[in-house]
Amino acid sequence: MSESNGPIWLASVYVTLKTVVNDPQGLAIADGLHTMGYDGVEDVRAGKYLQVRLRAASAEEAQRLAEEMSDRLLANTVIENYRCVIEPAS
Amino acid sequence: MNFGVIVFPGSNGDHDALHAIGKVLGQPVRAIWHRETSLDGIECVIVPGGFAYGDYLRAGAIARFSPIMGAVERFARDGGPVLGICNGFQVLTEAQLLPGSLLRNAELEFRSQWVHVRTERTDTPFTSGLAVGDVLRLPIAHGEGSYFAAPEELARIEANGQVVFRYCDPTGAVTPATNFNGSLNHIAGVCNERRNVVGLMPHPERGAEAILGGADGLRILESALSVAGVRV
Repeated sequence: MSESNGPIWLASVYVTLKTVVNDPQGLAIADGLHTMGYDGVEDVRAGKYLQVRLRAASAEEAQRLAEEMSDRLLANTVIENYRCVIEPAS
Repeated sequence: MNFGVIVFPGSNGDHDALHAIGKVLGQPVRAIWHRETSLDGIECVIVPGGFAYGDYLRAGAIARFSPIMGAVERFARDGGPVLGICNGFQVLTEAQLLPGSLLRNAELEFRSQWVHVRTERTDTPFTSGLAVGDVLRLPIAHGEGSYFAAPEELARIEANGQVVFRYCDPTGAVTPATNFNGSLNHIAGVCNERRNVVGLMPHPERGAEAILGGADGLRILESALSVAGVRV
């Protein structure tokens, strides 16, 4: 299922609620910002940011694995979207 | 009828379920640790409430991959009765054994109180002893119970009659005031298309004896016995 050798990559996984999903956390944060005086804030959506360090033969393989992990566990595609960005791990 | 209660690290409704089934309903029941891989001899599976794996990532997301869940999925696909209570409901939606998902409550509050739900369907193992329109008074305790499904899926769930319970007032009226967690269509419980898997946010096992403030929950647990032909 997963590579156990090859170089190490950093997958940055951004998980966000779909636009059709109500986000009470985001609404509460926007409320707070408005109270602080940031009247220009139109809207806030809260999400998750995950860093996955993984071994894979290539960036493409790392991308494929990160997306598979996102589909299966990191995101719930009933309510969330995700985006994976791969870079060589330093 | 042999009941099994799945126990994940972080489950906290497991002993309530074991008590309600073993002592109140008087049926054989055993706890099944999530590391087990077999449901041999089990005729009804309860996925209890709590905070499996600390609700990390999303409620139910990690529990859904516990070793026992392979057996639970096979049991469900073979038509075996499965009841998910609160966190168990969340686990079953994550496992895609039930449609939709449970979101953070609309007001961001953890709600611990008694609520009323109206019975919408009696063609599931857990509502066969009820009548459509029956109002049950049950306790809830959750922070993420706001039922969501995408518009097309919600329409399909409604058209298929998969909504089993809706939040209502004591007379059974579904009013905005009774939708305390922001669930779409006031949904408190749903079933799968085959109708053998049911999930609900309220806790029937915590409201199954008068001494605990209400016994309506027993009617849900009792209903399951009809599957095995056991007379109450």
